Amino acid sequence: MPTSSNLAIQVRGLGKKYLVARTKEKHTTLAEAALSKAKNPLKRNERDEFWALRDLDFDVFKGDVLGIIGRNGAGKSTLLKVMSQITEPTTGEIRLWGRVGSLLEVGTGFHPELTGRENIYLNGAILGMSKRDIQSQFDQIVAFSGVEKFLETPVKRYSSGMYVRLAFAVAAHLSSEILVVDEVLAVGDAEFQRKCLGKMQDVAQTGRTVLFVSHSMQAVSRLCSRAIVLNNGMVDFQGGVKEAVDRYIRLGTSPDDDETSLKRRHGSGHYRFDWVRPALPVFATDEAKEFRFSITRQGDNLSRLILWADIVSENEQIIAHLDSRLDGVHPRDAEKLTGAFTFSTPWLKPGRYRVDVTIRSNGLIDHLEGACWFEISPVLPYRHTVQLYEMNKPLVLADGTWRVDGQPNE
Amino acid sequence: MCQSARLTFAVLRQGKSVASLSFLGSMTSNLPASEPLPGGSPVSDSPRPRQILKAGSGGTSLNIHEIWLYRDLLWALSSREIKLRYRQTALGVIWVIIQPLLGAGVLSFVFNRVAKLSTDGVPPILFTYAGMLIWNVFNATLGKASSVLVSNASLISKVYFPRLCLPLSVVLPILLDLGVAMCLLLVMLFYYGIMPTIAVLLWPVILFATLLIALGLSLIASSLMVSYRDVQYVIPFVLSLLVYASPVGYSVKNVPLWAQKFYNLNPLVALLGNSRYALLGAGQFDPGGLLYSLTIGVVVFFIGMKCFKNMERKFADVI
Repeated sequence: MPTSSNLAIQVRGLGKKYLVARTKEKHTTLAEAALSKAKNPLKRNERDEFWALRDLDFDVFKGDVLGIIGRNGAGKSTLLKVMSQITEPTTGEIRLWGRVGSLLEVGTGFHPELTGRENIYLNGAILGMSKRDIQSQFDQIVAFSGVEKFLETPVKRYSSGMYVRLAFAVAAHLSSEILVVDEVLAVGDAEFQRKCLGKMQDVAQTGRTVLFVSHSMQAVSRLCSRAIVLNNGMVDFQGGVKEAVDRYIRLGTSPDDDETSLKRRHGSGHYRFDWVRPALPVFATDEAKEFRFSITRQGDNLSRLILWADIVSENEQIIAHLDSRLDGVHPRDAEKLTGAFTFSTPWLKPGRYRVDVTIRSNGLIDHLEGACWFEISPVLPYRHTVQLYEMNKPLVLADGTWRVDGQPNE
Repeated sequence: MCQSARLTFAVLRQGKSVASLSFLGSMTSNLPASEPLPGGSPVSDSPRPRQILKAGSGGTSLNIHEIWLYRDLLWALSSREIKLRYRQTALGVIWVIIQPLLGAGVLSFVFNRVAKLSTDGVPPILFTYAGMLIWNVFNATLGKASSVLVSNASLISKVYFPRLCLPLSVVLPILLDLGVAMCLLLVMLFYYGIMPTIAVLLWPVILFATLLIALGLSLIASSLMVSYRDVQYVIPFVLSLLVYASPVGYSVKNVPLWAQKFYNLNPLVALLGNSRYALLGAGQFDPGGLLYSLTIGVVVFFIGMKCFKNMERKFADVI
């Protein structure tokens, strides 16, 4: 039973307000702009208040690994910024029992012209490590990063993988009692991500407290002992990780529930989808993505239904379409239909996807947009890493091989 | 691969189940603590927190202690500056000598050869070079320290450290350059057969006052520059005028008497004059002027620190 003496962080009534410039009248010509400036030289833009965080209350205990999850703009990063003292809260307070170290967005504070060795010292100092700390851990940092051979090379000549590994290695050796981690694990290859997760688990086991922000539900599930779901700057849920992840997944679909989804439903309505659920909230790129469904008859019976399922990306591109007829499935009339459909390929890129489902016969019976959402974990299914930028351009990931005659692959 | 991932997950959940359970218990037990807390007093039996973050907790005190805690960062930032300065340059450290030497050459040609202004009987190049040393410290400190916050905006918005470290970090590299340039001065003194007198002991005081003024102005400027980038353009402009309004390449004696009243308001005037007295024995010692400049330095530095501290909390939000 924890007493408040093993509190690590206590947050009470925390709020953070930003002033956002209101879109002002546009000046099309320079003269016009100059004229308006001349009329009122000291006038600044009108501003709106925006509460990035509001009325946050929670406790974190020593040794907790707390996941902070939420959609973009939910206030996660602002919370970490306030916590790590980069910016001040507007209301409320945070009490901290221990030094806060932040594991930054990878490479912040790295200088491309400096060598690996120089950057270790520079970055360590920026993160608040003393020179002695760094010296005593130097060998471990280098070993963890695996860039021994390139210590005297300027980091601008590093591959992005090496860069990331070195940056993470420095930060992972911070000795602060409270560690703040913002989305760093979304980079690097599968092997390195596993290593990072392992390191984070070690950190937590030594009784230090970790705040972990991520969009990767898989990483959060693996790493965290508790989680907070933020929505519009407020705590939407706090408690167990599994419930939090479920809550997060549902947050994405909640606007589509009930009323709104009915409006988006087309078709005669003789049959309706009750629900469609992914077998897992997070799939790996290369695993089969199975979804279970349930359909109820609402009106007259019809013979021979046609079922469609589409995977749609967040920018509304239809990635894959699956027609029941192609698999020789022709459902006959029943009061209730349940079953599953599975997409074995393609290899989807990491991110969030929507599933749209349709029931047809001679005409459209039911079309449910956003029947469910699922995520693809950021761990890529390849043996080696390359620049992520190139990986982001195609619609899906390739499941393929390369061969050069007479030369074996590494 | 995925299989193993889920396996780890399951194991971890088991291991953490105690923690999760106790967390639920603590949630209820801590509810009363959400009432407003009396300032400074700990919640129930918890020890005092190491730190309390709330609005205004940034404070306006000059937190020298914190700077001391971050002295390694100060050192790291300074050495970054030094290492980067001449990397991938063909001449390397020679630039440190070329810059003041060419600067002094051009200025002394214009002021002493073309305009025929007097230099207190000292060889013009030596006279101007000695002035250049102090001028360069002022020029470089103000130029770099005032823009260092904006050029490190990405750091400021991502990680906490005493922001004062950034403007302070420019000083050490500048002093290093000064050291190299001083070596050349020694060579020149030897060449012209001038022996420094005991007055040279004044020189560190003059240097200190110069740094105080330059840093103070930089702190004011960088506090303003976060919101008003205009300052970025004003400073080089003012500096380019100031080099003529200060006795870098000519002696104060050339300034008409009626104008000296205003001319002497520039704290650099006394610093440059005294600096040449200290190094070359040229002109006269002007204790009043030195005291004036030193006072201006202390006042400007103090105002600068105050401005900087007031802005420090807002840097990350507006930069």
